[in-house]
This record gives sequence, structure tokens and C-alpha cells, in this order.
Amino acid sequence: MLSYLLFSITIGGVYALLALALNLAWGSAGLVNLGLAGFFGIGAYATALATGAGLPVALGLGIAMLAGVLAGLMVTGMTLRLRDDYLAIVTLGFGEVVRLVALNERWLTNGADGLSGIAAPGKAALGTAGFNWAWCIGVSLVVLLVALLLRRLDAGPFGRALRAVREDQELAAFAGKPVLRLKLQAFALSAAIAALAGALYAHYQSYISPDHFQPLITIYIFLAVTAGGLGRPLGAVLGAYAVVAFLEGTRFLAAEVPGIEPVQVAALREALVGLSLLLVLHLRPRGVLPERIPAAPKVSA
Amino acid sequence: MTAALAVSGITRHFFGVAALGGVEFAVPAGSITGLIGPNGAGKSTLLNVVSGLLKPDGGEVRFMGEAVTGAAPHRLAARGLTRTFQVARGFPKMSVFQHLMLYGPRQPGERLLQAPMWGAAARRREAELAERAWSIARRLRLSHVIDAPVTALSGGQKKLVEIGRTLMAEPRMILLDEPMAGVNPTLTAEIAAHLQALNAEGITLCLVEHDMALIRQLCGHVVVMAQGRTLVTGSFDEVVANTEVQEAYLGRRH
Repeated sequence: MLSYLLFSITIGGVYALLALALNLAWGSAGLVNLGLAGFFGIGAYATALATGAGLPVALGLGIAMLAGVLAGLMVTGMTLRLRDDYLAIVTLGFGEVVRLVALNERWLTNGADGLSGIAAPGKAALGTAGFNWAWCIGVSLVVLLVALLLRRLDAGPFGRALRAVREDQELAAFAGKPVLRLKLQAFALSAAIAALAGALYAHYQSYISPDHFQPLITIYIFLAVTAGGLGRPLGAVLGAYAVVAFLEGTRFLAAEVPGIEPVQVAALREALVGLSLLLVLHLRPRGVLPERIPAAPKVSA
Repeated sequence: MTAALAVSGITRHFFGVAALGGVEFAVPAGSITGLIGPNGAGKSTLLNVVSGLLKPDGGEVRFMGEAVTGAAPHRLAARGLTRTFQVARGFPKMSVFQHLMLYGPRQPGERLLQAPMWGAAARRREAELAERAWSIARRLRLSHVIDAPVTALSGGQKKLVEIGRTLMAEPRMILLDEPMAGVNPTLTAEIAAHLQALNAEGITLCLVEHDMALIRQLCGHVVVMAQGRTLVTGSFDEVVANTEVQEAYLGRRH
């Protein structure tokens, strides 16, 4: 039971990183990214292939983030003129392209069988229990670090400029903001964080396959960010842990319902997820921790 | 007389229709120049070309002696050219204070690599800008609503925020697109006084306006446009006395 709990917290941390990534692109800069699972997958495959070729894990994480940045720059470069629903459609397509490439380019990704035996640092030295503890703490620390960094970014002049781009990019340009550069930076950094989440996931599970990067993950993360509070890094983190707790919790709850098949249990869980989002948004329309307008600092007259 | 803004031979077509057919005009440095003309004369298009929103098909725009034709709005802003809009625009979820701060130039903290560190330079600049933002808010009597989102303000207050944030940008010249549109007479007088005070501080103004009394009161130099061209330039009295202008714009009754 303890190892299951540690596992859930670690996966919650991976989701929290994805939620932070989405909140940066979508919440702060207004760039809808429905291809989050694609960046997640790119990070996972990049580090799996790099460490598979003999590179150390630390370098693998770096390569994963770099791959995320490059993919992010490529997607923003192709979609500069798109916003809102159009950007959403193109990024959704991108996420699916990543998954289909992973599925079909067998020479590189081993297709549907996936890549197994990915380096799991600490597993041999610490044993299974120690490994679970170490990764739970390690991933949580990464989440904390990234969340604090993004909160700092968000509260400062950079975050203010991103918000201006989100609200009216034409007016932001007249305000002297380099809109294009800001969009590229926000999206690339967001992609790097999503890729880091993927890389951590790959090393933790030591097995990945295209099935792990279904668009459903993106939907869960959108749900987490929306319920947690769009535009607040801490809201995104809270939402992500809540979603994982809910997904895992309903596993037990749905099993208590008598007389239904396992397939129906799975369907019931997803129905409950949808219902709870409706409930949260009904009670707190802007999420549990909504975006705030910071008060102006007082200056002596 | 040096020109802050010099426009020569600007053409711009929309779907084959010429909105601007070779506009020539100059805004003398330090002046308040009025740009007038009947509806469809091309005033807004010209303002959009000069401010970088539209690229002209031909011609040249010079700002403070340097060619800036087709330059992006944020580059023009960096050179000291800003504009306001006919219908006051704002960032809906940002407060008055955030609007003012946003327009402050040269904030190193806007660069991604410096942003997370929040270096001493960024903090110092932020403090300078905050002080300026407060003094502008007090001057425009907006300090009591400084933390309110702009969507919560009255139409007149939105106009004042527009002027305030333009000031934060430390402009050398402001293009104003109908600054008095939809504003009550009391506030019109207040805004006019603000504009004159800005001009007295050395900022060149160019305004598109339909209110002739206001043009007479504010503008030392007037440019009349009709059908995508400049018709006449001169003082208000000279321009009004011109028969071509009377035909094109003011009507023969005048």
C-alpha cells in the first residue's frame, strides 16, 4: 500500500510538471497547447534513446529538454499566425503525429512494443522500496523547484508582458513588447518542462510505449489546470495532484459498486472525473486558486 | 522647422481600392498637428501605416529623420512613437497599475534569462517605473482605481488610462486617434488640458479629430486629407479659408 501511495505521488508530480507547462503556455501567454502529450512523449523517447546509447541519465534529461525546446520552437514557428481554436487543432495534430511516429518508426522506437529496460537510476543500489522513496521525493522536489521558478517568472515583468500578449497581442506590440519573441520563449519553455516530465516518467517506469502518450493525458492536464486555477502556477500543481488522487481514488470507489463489469468500472471513473470538474467549475468558476491581480506597491508621494 | 514625422508618397490599397494614393505630410517637431478630413479620407489607414500596424504598398515614413517605413510597432515604440485608439483598448484582466507598468520601457526583467533571477537591475527599474506610474496616476486622478481591472472603469477613465500608459512609454511623439470620441464635455476639457501640458513638455502630438472647435483650440498646424491624399496644410484659419477644403469637407455653407 505504501509503495502504491509513493507511486501515486510520483505520478502526481509528473502530472504537476505537465500542468505547470500548460499553465505557462495557456494560462500566462494564451497559447492553447492540445499537443502536450506529444511534448511529454518527445521527452520520454529522447532520454530513453540517449541513455540507451550509453549516455548518463543527467545528460539524457538535458537532451530531452533540448528536444522539447526544438519541437516547441518548430510548432510555434509553424503556427505564428494562429490563435485559440486554430492553434488548438494544429497542436492536437502535432501530439498525434508524435504518437504515430513512435508507433510506426520501429527502427527507432520499437513501435507498439515500446522501449523497455530504460535506465532507472537508484533501483539497483536502493532496492525497490528505497527507489520508490527516492523518486517520490526527487520528483516532488523538481515540481517544487519548477513551480517556484515559474511563480517568480509569473509575478515579474516577464509574466506581465506575457499576460499582455495573452489579452491583446496587437496592443502588446504597441506597448513596445516583442510579441513574437515572447510567444516563442513561453512556448519553448513550456515544451521543455513537458519534455522533462516525460523524461522523468521514462526513467521512473523504465518502460515507455506510444500508448502512454494518448491525447487523454492532455485532457486530464487541461482539467487539472482549469480546476486548479488557470493563470496560477500553484493552482496548476494543486489541480494535477487532485486529478491523480481522484483517478486513483475512484479506482477503489468504483470497485465498490456491485454488479458491474471492469470495463464499466473504467467508464464510471471517467464519468466521475467529468462530473467533479463540472462541480468544481460550478462552485469556483475560475478554479480553486484563481488568478489574482497583484496590488500596486505603495510608493511615498 | 524640423519634422518629427515626415510621410512621403505613401500608397496603400485594399482589394484594389486605393485607401491612400500618395500621401505627403509632415508633423513639425514640438507641434500639436491636427489631421482632419471627411469619413473615408484615409486618416485611420494613414495612422495605421505610420504606427506600424499596416505595411504601405509604397512610399516612405521618416520618424525623427530616420526611415522607419514598415517597422514593427514595438520597434517604433522603442524609438519613442506611440499611439492611442479611437475606441479605448486595454488588457481586460490587468489593473490600471499593471497597464502603466507594462508600458514602461527598458525593463531588463522582461528578458527570459534575466526574469527568474529578478536581478538587481530589474528590481531597480521596477521601482523607478512604479514611482512614475504612481505619479502619472495621481496626475490623471486615477490613483483611487489603480488596482481595479480596466474593464471596471468608466469610458472616460479608460481614455485617461490610455493617455497615462502612453506617457509611461516616455514617448517623443503620440498619435491620437479621436481622443475625445464618446467623452463628455467636462472630461474633453480635462483631456485637452492634459494634451496641452504634454506638448508643453516637448512631446509632439498628432491627432485625428472631428471636433473643429477642439482643433482650433489645440492645433497650431492642420493637415486636411480627402480621398487618400493630402489636400492642404497650414494653420487652422488658412485651412478653413481654403475653398477646396470647404468643398471636400466643411460644405459650401461655411
